[in-house]
Amino acid sequence: MAIDKNILTVETGSDGIAIITIDNKNESTNLFSFDFISSYIEAANELVNNPAVKGVIVQSAKSMFMAGADLKQLEKPITDKEEFLNNSLQMHKSFREIEKAGKPFVACIDGHALGGGLELAMICHHRISTNNPKTKIGFPEIKVGLFPGGGGTLKAPYLMGIQNGLMAVLQGTNHTPAKALKANLINEVVETTEDLIPAAKKWIAENPKPVQPWDNKKYKIPGGGLMSPAGAQVMMGGIGNLRKLTHGNYPAATNAMTVIYKGLQVPFDRALEIEARYFTDTITSKEAKNMIRTGFMGIGAAKKGIARPKGVEPYPIKKLGVLGAGMMGAGIAYVSAYAGMEVVLKDVTIEGAQKGKDYSTGIVNKRVERKKMEQDFGDALLARIHPTTDPAAMDGCDMVIEAVFENLDLKATVTKETEAVLGADKIYASNTSTIPITMLAKASDRPENFIGIHFFSPVDKMPLVEIIVGEKTNDRAIAAAIDYVMAIRKIPIVVNDSRGFYTSRCFGTFTSEGLFLLDEGVPAAMIENVAKTKGMPVGPLAVSDEVSLTLGLHVMESNPDLEKSPEMSRNYKITKMLVEEHGRKGKKAGAGFYEYGGKKKLWPKLAEIFKSDVETLDKEIVAKRILHRQALEAFRCLDEGVLHSVVDGDIGSVTGWGFPIYTGGALSYIDFVGGAAFIADCDEFKEKFGPRWDVPQSLRDLVAAGKSIHDFEVKSKAEAMPA
Amino acid sequence: MAEAYIYDAVRTTRGRGNKKGALIGITPTQLATQCLQELRAKHDLNTDLVEDVILGCVSQVMDQGANIAKTAAQQSGYGDHLCGVTLNRFCGSGLEAINQASAYVKSGFSQLLIAGGVESMSRVKMGSDGGAMLMDPSVAMPGHAIPQGISADLIATKYGYSRADVDEFAYHSQMKAVAAEKDNRFTSRLDVKDVNGITVLDRDENVRENTTVESLGGLQPSFAIMGEMGGFDAVAIDRYPELEGINHVHHAGNSSAIVDGAAIALIGSKEAGEALGLKPRAIVKGAAVYGTDPTIMLTGPTPASEKVLKQVGMSASDIDLYEINEAFAVVPMLMRDNMNIPMEKINFNGGAIAMGHPLGATGCILMGTLIDELERQDKQTGLVTLCIGGGMGIATVIERV
Repeated sequence: MAIDKNILTVETGSDGIAIITIDNKNESTNLFSFDFISSYIEAANELVNNPAVKGVIVQSAKSMFMAGADLKQLEKPITDKEEFLNNSLQMHKSFREIEKAGKPFVACIDGHALGGGLELAMICHHRISTNNPKTKIGFPEIKVGLFPGGGGTLKAPYLMGIQNGLMAVLQGTNHTPAKALKANLINEVVETTEDLIPAAKKWIAENPKPVQPWDNKKYKIPGGGLMSPAGAQVMMGGIGNLRKLTHGNYPAATNAMTVIYKGLQVPFDRALEIEARYFTDTITSKEAKNMIRTGFMGIGAAKKGIARPKGVEPYPIKKLGVLGAGMMGAGIAYVSAYAGMEVVLKDVTIEGAQKGKDYSTGIVNKRVERKKMEQDFGDALLARIHPTTDPAAMDGCDMVIEAVFENLDLKATVTKETEAVLGADKIYASNTSTIPITMLAKASDRPENFIGIHFFSPVDKMPLVEIIVGEKTNDRAIAAAIDYVMAIRKIPIVVNDSRGFYTSRCFGTFTSEGLFLLDEGVPAAMIENVAKTKGMPVGPLAVSDEVSLTLGLHVMESNPDLEKSPEMSRNYKITKMLVEEHGRKGKKAGAGFYEYGGKKKLWPKLAEIFKSDVETLDKEIVAKRILHRQALEAFRCLDEGVLHSVVDGDIGSVTGWGFPIYTGGALSYIDFVGGAAFIADCDEFKEKFGPRWDVPQSLRDLVAAGKSIHDFEVKSKAEAMPA
Repeated sequence: MAEAYIYDAVRTTRGRGNKKGALIGITPTQLATQCLQELRAKHDLNTDLVEDVILGCVSQVMDQGANIAKTAAQQSGYGDHLCGVTLNRFCGSGLEAINQASAYVKSGFSQLLIAGGVESMSRVKMGSDGGAMLMDPSVAMPGHAIPQGISADLIATKYGYSRADVDEFAYHSQMKAVAAEKDNRFTSRLDVKDVNGITVLDRDENVRENTTVESLGGLQPSFAIMGEMGGFDAVAIDRYPELEGINHVHHAGNSSAIVDGAAIALIGSKEAGEALGLKPRAIVKGAAVYGTDPTIMLTGPTPASEKVLKQVGMSASDIDLYEINEAFAVVPMLMRDNMNIPMEKINFNGGAIAMGHPLGATGCILMGTLIDELERQDKQTGLVTLCIGGGMGIATVIERV
């Protein structure tokens, strides 16, 4: 081993204080990579063994101290668990030698210290940070299906107490330096960067032979140890709440808590061994792989515009037109003005347009009040939104997004009206969620510039935007739409035209299967709870209420295939009965599958309308019907060429309608379950529940060839949408 | 195979298991020792023939640590030859001790044993022995572990027992205990004494003569906050998704009282009884345990009872009297309804809701109470059963000799 000068450098001053400066020349940020670890251990050992060195300061030359582990290294799956474990144990042994050498190490934090970065700082005896409220200090590993594997999972409860330590690890909360100091994550805060080194040197001079708390026999864990009455209470309630939040679907969380339980009962070196064993189990879990692939790599690449057609000039948007100032239009205006665009917000009446702007004013006021936004920024944002009723105001816009009522004729009228004033090379987008783009583009004189930009509600909170390519939409329009979505810092996925596109179509199967389960005698509570137990954020019946049953009816009525599809006509019949015979219209009307007003409760009469026998029901089958059905529809979208890539399907499902991330997403779910098992279940369900469970031949072929869903060859646009 | 006979059973009075309880100054070792001494005095027992003491005890730490059965055996003055073993089958421990002793006798391994249990819940708090079942996430998460009170409320929700139903049951438990006390029916009970021989407690301290259905109706549910804050309602619903929520019906007045107490039984072969000149009171016909889902946890009495009845070739209606531990009101109610047992056969003199449930001892207490009542009513057959933490049930069938 040797020190890689492209990762860190060491300089020892005449005062006997050595400074390790981390500066990864190959990356934009410092990462806790395998290469870093070996260089650091090498450097630290040399300094420990050099009698002339009195103490060591660890700092970063980059704007961050360290951003965390190098997740790219995990793209190649770890196949040899034993080798990985042994490497982890070796790493711990080396770090412990440095910790216990009796020579002071001080971490100087001036910028984010996250994950492995914070663990590096915890290997030091003293942590000093500049008092910059933008600096984030914490353990975000749980968000990618991992937990701190460099000693942090144990050190957090040692330093913060069991309750706070558990929360820091399980919730991945970021701390500002001031909060980190209060939480005992760091030891000292200084005002400026220049104050760091003198403070560190002072501490070294005063503490020539420091001992870490976990090596100090007199040290007491704040709030009491694991076997104290308080500790026992925290563990018991913690486990209950962990299931409430995760339903046992996230092994990282269970394992992290297990490490704390088992590790806090033994000496620290042996506790690290426990951490390493559970970390190995976690990092090799399907769930971690899925969360890193979809949640970190996939979304990261999508946000950077991986779907953007190559070689197309950037399409900057200075001025945006929004047609229709309802819920969606108002939200689109806000996020666009937030990103710095001038926004012309048009509605039929000036009151309507102004009301759309008021929506932004409301958000700005709330955020300013909560100190999440500067007043100046908010004022400037609002000044960029221009309410109007005049179609001619769209003149000079780089892009127009139409968000009027879902009516083909109305949409055609506004298209024509707008194109009359909009520059011939400018992009016209529709925010429709149900009507095919190709159909809408028929009203356009320039269908090559016509595209779908499908937002989710509420626009300012939902991260996904589904870009829909019509038959004649060209690459320039696609690139422009992606540039726009990137500008408003959302996640773009690109799909080909189809009724319901990708997300609405799959989401529809979720609510539809929920309705059929109810119709077949599964109690409403079981449908809702099983969906949530498997990781859906809300049950299919609750979400149908949110969307409103009347809107559902309207969407089905406008679908020309209503009569032809046995599934849709069955759904239509039941929904119509609920709406028309029983007045159950949805949440807004105060009466849907649930009763509203007081505490939200399932409508008791559901049990009379749909008779059930709980003892004969298999909740595993209920669970499979809820998730498999969505995955099967997602696969059809892939098979038909609606989706451009598997990862887009995964991202869309996770960020669009809340498909659980531990599965990787609606397509990775097929691998998660196992292709053969998935097909066998669908075949059984087809027999029992009807043709909607028919498995496309291409999936059978893929699985028969022993391949993963990620090996599926996606159709080209020409194949997918023959003219 | 030999038969196992119960020659006698004695128990202490039960004191409230909190800092105001009468017995907080009396250690569990003293409670068990006083039972042993009472048994010897009552029968002028030749203790040389007693081989071993098997005691159930749940929280085996502090005062109850280091094998309390041997500790009490040593204190009892029975002689150095007397051994002691402590076991833990949670709430079924006292009955488990009887069953194990009976099995030793039936097998011929032993001739004469003492079996029973002890728990000082005022001195050693419930749960103070920790344990992985609820605290180790790698065990508790897959196990869907929840505290017993939530399980009891889950049973009430799932099987449709309302707050009024369980309160009414609890009221009758208190009234039956009051009547039994007035009628001096607890003939095998001994007063707990201090070091001077002065009586510390001469009755079951928790019995409340002035209990009414209305007063019970005014009590706050004990497990609602725990169910919400601890996430345990959600854990229960993960396992029983057909329920929209948990109806928290149990409270301090319709759950077993936390108390201190001890009980023992003398169990031996026919020959051992003859050698001592003792007349057997009952014969142990059969015994069984049965495991259930750990989340609902407390439904074990029905399958365990069905199992033991099958073993001895009897049906539920062949049993004259039942003792079904009142851990929570819903537990005996569910078994009553599952097995169509008439209420007058169940817990004739009240139960743990009125008199308390000293965890390790209760199984043996119920056995003593059952034998006393069978004799008083001059009936033949009885069944003792208890629900048990972690999802178990235990049941034993006896017959008068």
